[in-house]
Amino acid sequence: MTLSLLALLADPKLPKLAPSDSFWLPVDASVTSRNIDWVGDFMIWCSVLTALRIFVAIFHFITKYRAKSRAANEIAEKSAEHNTALEITWSVLPLFVVIALFVWGFKGFMDLRTPPKDSMELHANAQKWKWTFDYKCPSGTLTDDTLHVPIDRPVRMLISSVDVLHALYIPSFRTKMDAVPGRYTDMWFQATRAGDYPIFCAEYCGTSHSDMLSHVIVHPAGDYEKWLNKACVDADSKVGPERGKDLFDRQGCSTCHTVDGTPKIGPTWKGLFGKMEMMTDGKPYKVDENYLRESMMDPTAKVVQGFAPAMPPYKGKLSDKDIDGLIEYIKTLK
Amino acid sequence: MASPSTTADAAIPQTKGADDNYLTHDKGFASWAFTLDHKRIGVMYLASVLTAFALGGVFALIIRTELWTPGKTIIEHDTYNQMFTLHGAVMVFLVIIPGIPAALGNIILPLQLGAKDVAFPKLNLASYYLWLLGCGCMLTSLVTNAADTGWTFYAPYSTTTQTNVIPAAFGAFILGFSSIFTGLNFIVTIHKLRPPGMTFFRMPLFVWALYSTALIQVLATPVIGITLLMLIVERVFGLGIFDPALGGDPVLFQHFFWFYSHPAVYIMIVPAFGVISEIIPVFSRKRLFGYQFIAISSLAIAFLGFLVWGHHMFTSGQSVLAGTIFSAITFLIAIPTAIKIFNWVTTMYKGRIHLDTPMLYALAFLWVFTIGGLTGVFLAVMGVDIHLHDTYFVVAHFHYVMMGGAITGFLGGLHYWFPKAFGKMYNERTGRIGALIVFVGLNLTFFPQFILGSRGMPRRYYNYLPEFQGLHQLSTIGAFTLGLGFLLTAVSLGRALKNGRKAPNNPWGGVTLEWTTVSPPPYYNFQTPPPVTAGPYDGYENLVYDEKIGGYIAKA
Repeated sequence: MTLSLLALLADPKLPKLAPSDSFWLPVDASVTSRNIDWVGDFMIWCSVLTALRIFVAIFHFITKYRAKSRAANEIAEKSAEHNTALEITWSVLPLFVVIALFVWGFKGFMDLRTPPKDSMELHANAQKWKWTFDYKCPSGTLTDDTLHVPIDRPVRMLISSVDVLHALYIPSFRTKMDAVPGRYTDMWFQATRAGDYPIFCAEYCGTSHSDMLSHVIVHPAGDYEKWLNKACVDADSKVGPERGKDLFDRQGCSTCHTVDGTPKIGPTWKGLFGKMEMMTDGKPYKVDENYLRESMMDPTAKVVQGFAPAMPPYKGKLSDKDIDGLIEYIKTLK
Repeated sequence: MASPSTTADAAIPQTKGADDNYLTHDKGFASWAFTLDHKRIGVMYLASVLTAFALGGVFALIIRTELWTPGKTIIEHDTYNQMFTLHGAVMVFLVIIPGIPAALGNIILPLQLGAKDVAFPKLNLASYYLWLLGCGCMLTSLVTNAADTGWTFYAPYSTTTQTNVIPAAFGAFILGFSSIFTGLNFIVTIHKLRPPGMTFFRMPLFVWALYSTALIQVLATPVIGITLLMLIVERVFGLGIFDPALGGDPVLFQHFFWFYSHPAVYIMIVPAFGVISEIIPVFSRKRLFGYQFIAISSLAIAFLGFLVWGHHMFTSGQSVLAGTIFSAITFLIAIPTAIKIFNWVTTMYKGRIHLDTPMLYALAFLWVFTIGGLTGVFLAVMGVDIHLHDTYFVVAHFHYVMMGGAITGFLGGLHYWFPKAFGKMYNERTGRIGALIVFVGLNLTFFPQFILGSRGMPRRYYNYLPEFQGLHQLSTIGAFTLGLGFLLTAVSLGRALKNGRKAPNNPWGGVTLEWTTVSPPPYYNFQTPPPVTAGPYDGYENLVYDEKIGGYIAKA
């Protein structure tokens, strides 16, 4: 399972929209989406009806009361300049409709904003331009760039951002919440349909905003625990370059760095180790173990010329074992 | 108002011979650059705003072309981000906000009041030069390293990006002052320069609309000015106001920004309401239904518009209680807006409707504004908004209102008052074809975006999932159709300026005061303030059409 997932992660293939039986909406896969979709459907029909009545009235009037010519000098027939009954009707009727909509919208909103007490908790971290999700393993935290959740269990996502605003958006769950640097925000959902659904970043965050995609995999009953155990063991058992490669795929390194020699947002890792790099302060510096370590912990300390100081610090996010693994991995990329 | 109009033609002062008007009164560059005449300032505003509109339109077409394929089509990520930022900033700050008030309003407002000019002609000219300066700042950002923050300048992205945000933000700051000057000028003009007999409830609805708009301009714009200044200070001096890395609060920026930018939505749309309220009765040859309601509701909308900014922030992390209150007040605005539409439609009932170009734009307005308004209700329903927020649904909604509502209103007004402002008639056929193409293009561009958004396509995306391609392509085809419509309209009006038939004083049979002076108006508009004895839509029966001049004259 993990191997196939890793293969999926390594593959830049985009998430796929699951087929939906609705014309307007993506497939619904959460408890709350059902509470909301019917309000949306109700509004679509109300709107279509209202718009049609207005359009039909306009069309009717412009055909029936069309003037023959200016020269005919026709003047409008006498008609009331106002009509209290009519005006009260068209004021009060929509008022009732919008009060109902407000109440339903409020209810839907409260449902979305109130996670049940027994919710499972997961962390989502946003950074330019990658989502990562933290899972609790016996030996520590496992970070992955795909969201895995069990079916039929409420999940509360605690969301944070290290740089700018982002927004975690899962269309199939009809939910969205901004990731705000410097504070936590949260959202919750309870998946009702096993499958694979796209996650988007919905708050503009710069260059690769539109590539800040991920997916949520809803595991069928009992499968989530199996996946988590295996993923924890696998991640833990990896050491050296293998661990580095794993982190490269999952921690978001690949968002900005490549291993094939092409520069992206940051320098490529291929042939990086041992290279003399010109820094933005005009001084050359040799890329050794200590430079790499510093660049992970305090990335803006020495920035290579031609690149923006765009990398978030990984201090506290990477263990010494992780740092070793990454350095070992970079060394293998000749 | 109808009866005095019957003698106005004869009463025009003939200071410099029969052909003297504001366009020919003085000659030379300086006579324009230093003019204090509201009509000339209006014409300069009009030319400038239309140029900016063309520029913003080119950006839009670049964006739509890029979105033809899911990956790269013609430009890179960063260029795309700069394009949508500039498109938004130019269209909002340079085109729609000054469009109707500063361009059409400047030309028409004093004429509708029977006044010689606005209250403060020098302030009026200063406002135009501030517009030019603000425009220059924005162009500086454009030609150096254009801002890529989106027109919303959200922090902390805007305080940390490498692009040239400061000139763009400073440009918007200056444009704010331009807008405040116009607003202040109009408020005083409307209070002090009304002719004898014109009570508030005898003012044309265009004047009411400009009055409500001016109140918002004066009260709300300072907030955006201060906000953008704080943003600049944060960028330059690292003072932590919005960036959490410096101890600031990014949500605070959103509150400040929308405290202005939601009322600004009404700065953009209320003047269009005013234009539509002028066009529909004149082309239906019938008094406007519910005049007082429309007049008061402009003010009500202006007031309520200040209390709903938080509905842009349902997903920002603001408190649930705040969101609830903002949602409730938002619904309150929906009602007067809906009633206005009912009033306009009812005005046509038993009228005698002439489908000339301005009326076609008014009908297009009713169509697109109905759709724009109804889809706004979806976004006010909190539970539903969470899904639609920051998707193409929102993009479609505000383009239906801003592009569909404000721009069709602007074009309707432009065609309606063109004969008065320039003394030339445009070709009616090309005018109508232009309106039709614009209408089709508009719906083709923006309707597919509703579907994209509700299916989950986020906004401001350079790459997108291949599943969305078909709808994106429809939208792109629509955008080029729209461009074609505008181009045709521009050519048509350009040709009219050069070779158009001489316009009569009152081609459409309007009874508001601007139609009582000659076309184009003389330098001083009116010799004496025309007295007003009736409402602004009374007395169509006192006019008859004269085929020889192609316009209306007083019934003998």
